[in-house]
Amino acid sequence: MVLTTPFHERLAPLNQTQLWSHWSGYLSAVKYQMSDKFEYFAVRNSAGLIDTSPLYKYRIGGRDAAKFLGGVLARDIAACRDGQAQYTLWCDERGYVVEDGVVIKFAADDFILTSAEPNLAYFRNLIGYDQVEITDISADYGSLAVQGPRSREILASLDPQIATLGFFHHGPAKIGNVPVHVSRTGYTGDLGYEIWVGSEGAIEMWDTLNEECAGRGVLPVGQSALLMTRIEAGLILIGVDFHSSRFAFNDHESSTPLELGFAWMFRDLATSTRRFIGRAAIEREVADKTSRWKMVGVMVDWRDWDRHFGEAGLIPPKDETPVVYEMMLYDDEGNRVGYTTSFMYSPMLQRHIAMARVQPDLAKPGSHVNLEITINHRYHTVAAVVARPPLFNPPRKTA
Amino acid sequence: MPAKNSFDAIVIGGGHNGLVNGAYLAKSGLRTLIIERRHIVGGAAITEELIPGFHFTTFSYALSLLRPDIIHELELTKHGFMPIQMPSAFAPMENGDYLLMGTDRNENLKEIARHSKHDADAMDQYEYDMAQVCQALKPLVDSAPPNLFGDDPADAMQLADLAKRMKSLPSRVLQNCIRLLTGSSADFLDDYFDSDIIKGWLSSSSIIGSKVGPRSQGSGLVLLFHNLGEHDGHFGSWAFHKGGNGGFTQVLARAAQAFGAEIVVDTPVSHVITDNGRATGVALEDGTELKAKVVVSSLDPRRTFTQLVDPADLPIELNESIRRFRFQGTSAKVNFALDGVPRYPALGDRTDQFRGFTNIGPSMDYLERAYDDAKYGWYSKRPYIDGCLQSLVDPDMAPPGKHVMSCFIQYAPYELKDSDWDTERQAFGDTVQATLESFFPGFGDLVLHREVVTPLDIERVVGLSEGNIFAGEFLAPQMYFFRPAPGWNQYRTPIDGYYQCGSGTHPGGCVSGGPGKLASQQIIGDLARKG
Repeated sequence: MVLTTPFHERLAPLNQTQLWSHWSGYLSAVKYQMSDKFEYFAVRNSAGLIDTSPLYKYRIGGRDAAKFLGGVLARDIAACRDGQAQYTLWCDERGYVVEDGVVIKFAADDFILTSAEPNLAYFRNLIGYDQVEITDISADYGSLAVQGPRSREILASLDPQIATLGFFHHGPAKIGNVPVHVSRTGYTGDLGYEIWVGSEGAIEMWDTLNEECAGRGVLPVGQSALLMTRIEAGLILIGVDFHSSRFAFNDHESSTPLELGFAWMFRDLATSTRRFIGRAAIEREVADKTSRWKMVGVMVDWRDWDRHFGEAGLIPPKDETPVVYEMMLYDDEGNRVGYTTSFMYSPMLQRHIAMARVQPDLAKPGSHVNLEITINHRYHTVAAVVARPPLFNPPRKTA
Repeated sequence: MPAKNSFDAIVIGGGHNGLVNGAYLAKSGLRTLIIERRHIVGGAAITEELIPGFHFTTFSYALSLLRPDIIHELELTKHGFMPIQMPSAFAPMENGDYLLMGTDRNENLKEIARHSKHDADAMDQYEYDMAQVCQALKPLVDSAPPNLFGDDPADAMQLADLAKRMKSLPSRVLQNCIRLLTGSSADFLDDYFDSDIIKGWLSSSSIIGSKVGPRSQGSGLVLLFHNLGEHDGHFGSWAFHKGGNGGFTQVLARAAQAFGAEIVVDTPVSHVITDNGRATGVALEDGTELKAKVVVSSLDPRRTFTQLVDPADLPIELNESIRRFRFQGTSAKVNFALDGVPRYPALGDRTDQFRGFTNIGPSMDYLERAYDDAKYGWYSKRPYIDGCLQSLVDPDMAPPGKHVMSCFIQYAPYELKDSDWDTERQAFGDTVQATLESFFPGFGDLVLHREVVTPLDIERVVGLSEGNIFAGEFLAPQMYFFRPAPGWNQYRTPIDGYYQCGSGTHPGGCVSGGPGKLASQQIIGDLARKG
């Protein structure tokens, strides 16, 4: 039986397309408008409201919560202060990524961790003698992302405190009469917030927020537009850009944090003795330079793209719908040097872009690669360059 | 006043083509100055905050014809280029029904079939045929035309290429090209469609900016030209730039400056200084003289050849061609600040139909009758209106809950019989508002402010002769080989070092930037040849 989120009662009538996907067992709109591109522009030019309630949410509490998370998460949780949040990874002992998520720290003994996949058993099995309690609170809270350049002014008009939240900070707030918790986080690479609300208050909160949004060009935004924005933002997606090492049949299916572009999480290892699962393997990978790939952005040469299709007698397609299967990358000699994991035409950048993995020697921005596509049932390679993600990164995101 | 008084290149006029031209020249390494007479750059592509919080696209109001290569070559996305999708097109009808098109093909087919089942798959055929014609002609839009009257072997080769290209087209595509380039849109559309509303909606693109009705020979060319626009890979597709077309020209200005071009505003030019048949600089109205190896006029052909230089310095045949070049502006704008979104009775409280163009042109008869008035020297009693509630697409255009509505109006002939536009301005505005009221009851109650922009205002403010929005009519004898004059269609002029880059040159008007770019290539090529 497919479940519905705490916002569903309000969102269902807004879904003009009646297209729904299933996200972790919940109905989730693919798009509300006939045009998902128009929803995309709402995020980039005004604000979009995205129901992210199906995310798994775990409350991690107890005397040893901070110590426990320090040992299981790859990024240093000690650097996360009360009132801050952290994008983080957890790895296996071979240094492969199990999953990623956002951890929100309330106090040394009180955290919430969100993830795309269920992880309760995984974390509980690692508790050992620590005094830690992990509770699945996924169904207790609705979460609504308010993402886009107008998100701050809208939320601040409901509770001025929200305007003071820094990037990856969080705090309590009130939307009308409903107590909520707001974090300055999101999956769009834009200025944005996520509102966490007890399921029972979700509808009242929605109504108050919706009233405030009226006349400001705000739209409910579905999965489709969200996935466009996350590619521009260079934010990885499990099952697409990487796969959990827990369920990998071979090492090709796994990725290390370094391969996914997260070397910055481990700069402290040279001076820190913090212990966490996968540390030794990651240190070896850093020292021996054994990364097989590096996650990069790729920008396709627009002229070459147009030329290939033009010469084939076709109108060059510029489709913003993400392509989430692998497309091969070659060097000029025809050697395979990488592959894309997510590909799209970016309306903001006016270019075809991709999240991709290339051999580490080609990871430097500006490196030339060739993208394989099919035109008239034949393979063609189109010139492209490696670029540093995020490919779309407005100053307002962190300002 | 510019910081220096000597440049490699001076571009007269900071409209979109002047900015594009100046940006390319600066990118090529030339010390470039762009001079604008008014207090803002943009020419006819400006956005003005006429009352606090309400941003009006006074003249041009959307993007489609912009050449995609310019976006990349001038790195416009770095400077804020943002073409927002307009996801619908709405065409109210006089009987209270409507045509509402969107982005979903199947929904569109269903909507068309509501008016005519025959027209549903006819639309597929029409769009396919039109796309084929556009694809065939696109290379011509994006390159300088050959000079049919010169003796340069390069022209002969280009002509041979052109003939070869035409010959390689499927006969149906070539015939459709010729039908569109020479015939009427009515004849072309009648072949496909039965429904008045479909034909009215489509043929509206065949009159915009031009003194033709849908049944005039020549309207096919205007229809074709508007379909040649492309946006994100779709021919004939339109977008609304963030902040309006003024937002777009500000992006262009930033790009030009980033490449090193200097831009000065509030600096009217008097004339181009020539010495022994060669341009040597520009004299400003305040008497200042600025030197330059290259002077480029982005103004229309009449101003370029009869006002910035002495016609006595030009061949008589060119003078004669320019004198005969037709401007005869017939378009106007009436822009509104609104207290809310208008309602269309058949759609109740829905407002999403206004997220694209609202086309008041419910049949070819309606459009042709509107044209009839103009033929005899008066504005249309029931005008064609291309409306757009831009604040529904870009909420920053108006305060929350309030709106701006841009209305492009035809016909409004520059020459009025037995009257003038200063006399008729408000009566004309009333006519437009009454027409809107007839489709959207209660419209008048929403009006907070009304701006009426007549062809005379376009001429006075922007400088476009007779208020022609394309800097010269889109008539076959004024296009390609002949734009703006036989033998002078390659951006050069008889005065050495003096060039033209405005919409009066190939490929023509609309916010395409094509003339500005192609002219820059000619200039850069000429300088390289001269060493």
